[in-house]
Amino acid sequence: MLSYFINGISLGSVYAIIALGYTMVYGIAKMLNFAHGDVIMIGGYMAFCSTAYLGWPAIPSVLFAILVCTVLGVIIEKLAYKPLRDASSLAVLITAIGVSYFLQNAALLIWSSNPKAFPNMVKFPNLVIGDIQISSVAIVTIIACIIIMIVLTLFTTKTKMGKAMRAVSEDKGAAQLMGINVNATISMTFAIGSGLAAIAGVLLCSAYPTLMPTTGAMPGIKAFTAAVFGGIGSIPGAMLGGILLGIIEIFAKAYISTQLSDAIVFAVLIIVLIVKPTGLLGKKISEKV
Amino acid sequence: MALLKVEDLHVYYGSIHAIKGISFEVNEGEVVTLIGANGAGKSSTLNTVAGLLKPKSGSVILNDKSLVGIPAHKIVNEGMALCPEGRRIFQQLSVRENLEMGAYTSDVSRLEEDIDKVYTLFPRLKERYKQIAGTLSGGEQQMLAIGRALMSHPKILMLDEPSMGLAPILVSQIFDIINRLHEQGTTILLVEQNAKMALSVANRGYVLETGRIVTTGTGKELLHNDSVRKAYLGG
Repeated sequence: MLSYFINGISLGSVYAIIALGYTMVYGIAKMLNFAHGDVIMIGGYMAFCSTAYLGWPAIPSVLFAILVCTVLGVIIEKLAYKPLRDASSLAVLITAIGVSYFLQNAALLIWSSNPKAFPNMVKFPNLVIGDIQISSVAIVTIIACIIIMIVLTLFTTKTKMGKAMRAVSEDKGAAQLMGINVNATISMTFAIGSGLAAIAGVLLCSAYPTLMPTTGAMPGIKAFTAAVFGGIGSIPGAMLGGILLGIIEIFAKAYISTQLSDAIVFAVLIIVLIVKPTGLLGKKISEKV
Repeated sequence: MALLKVEDLHVYYGSIHAIKGISFEVNEGEVVTLIGANGAGKSSTLNTVAGLLKPKSGSVILNDKSLVGIPAHKIVNEGMALCPEGRRIFQQLSVRENLEMGAYTSDVSRLEEDIDKVYTLFPRLKERYKQIAGTLSGGEQQMLAIGRALMSHPKILMLDEPSMGLAPILVSQIFDIINRLHEQGTTILLVEQNAKMALSVANRGYVLETGRIVTTGTGKELLHNDSVRKAYLGG
């Protein structure tokens, strides 16, 4: 029971980290970046290549994955989304799906569809309390999630850049009048979101060590669900939504049915959206004139 | 010599010709107002000067430097601040954070001093510095919007409909503040639907009609001009 709970929090932490990327990008650019899940996969492959082929130790290879994904995120934004800044949201959405397929197929060309066994990056022994065993990956994941949450909260409330980000997410025009470079802020958001995706990729592949070009797709969709569940645009909402979703999924797998667990997760989303359309922590922004 | 000089400005929204060759100037230390009915092009003019809209042709010159083609976020550095229509404060940021955003491009070492200046001008904001801006009353939000615009030490402050949606007593408070800023030597370009109030604080005014300037004169002249009275001052 308790170990299910901890596994749930651990899986939920991964969803939460991914959901942060969705929610931040949505908050600033008002778009759903459906390619976000595939950036996770790229992060996984980068960490895989640097450890398995180059023999790098864990920390440098994670940093390498973060670096590549950060740059990738900024490039995707510049090439695919920026030209569509004034286009309809449908056009942007379709482009995002296109980017997602592009990344998956690029990965297919480079690494083929054979699953790669992800090397074990967390070298600590598992924690044993009485007869409960908690995997070291779960512990690292939860700790990483807590650190990320604290750092992000401090960033958005204490730093000038973070406050500017919140200003841009609320009113781009007014932010420009303050002298805030809106394009640079959007790039920055994509950089942070994609860097987080790389971390999520490594954590995800450490817990479920098979890596394929489609690895990021399902967690991506679920994390998107988590972001909506918690209230899209809200950082604490993404955290809460992610963790709850992870717990629900693990318990559904354990007590109801493994096959049905995904259906249950999405059913919960549907129920939440019927009862509270803005998500758990989503704010209803009333337009004042 | 004029601090701000706008010449033969043409602005389009798609195929709609919104501003049809406007020219005006604002001298240092002056309060100049643009008045006119809804849709006359007042806000479009300010938004173009501030760089949010791109003109089709014409020039905007501040202190001998052309502003046309400079992105909006860099125009602040040239010494221009626009307090936009509808206030557009950052509702989810605190009062203090809103002021900090106003000083986004300014020197950090002057931040506290500048915030104190705004607090002296608007003591209400000091009382509520921690409050989320969206919870302020309309009048307080307008004060915050003006205070935020002042944070960048503008050479020229542009106010777009500062009295919009405010109760009469707050309207006169806002105009008191405009008067006070004027006395302190701030150069102000004011756009208003409340023509009477605007002309009574302004040194000079321009009357806009469907994208063109039709009349100009000192505030007093326009207040007593027959056609202006009929059209904008209620007879």
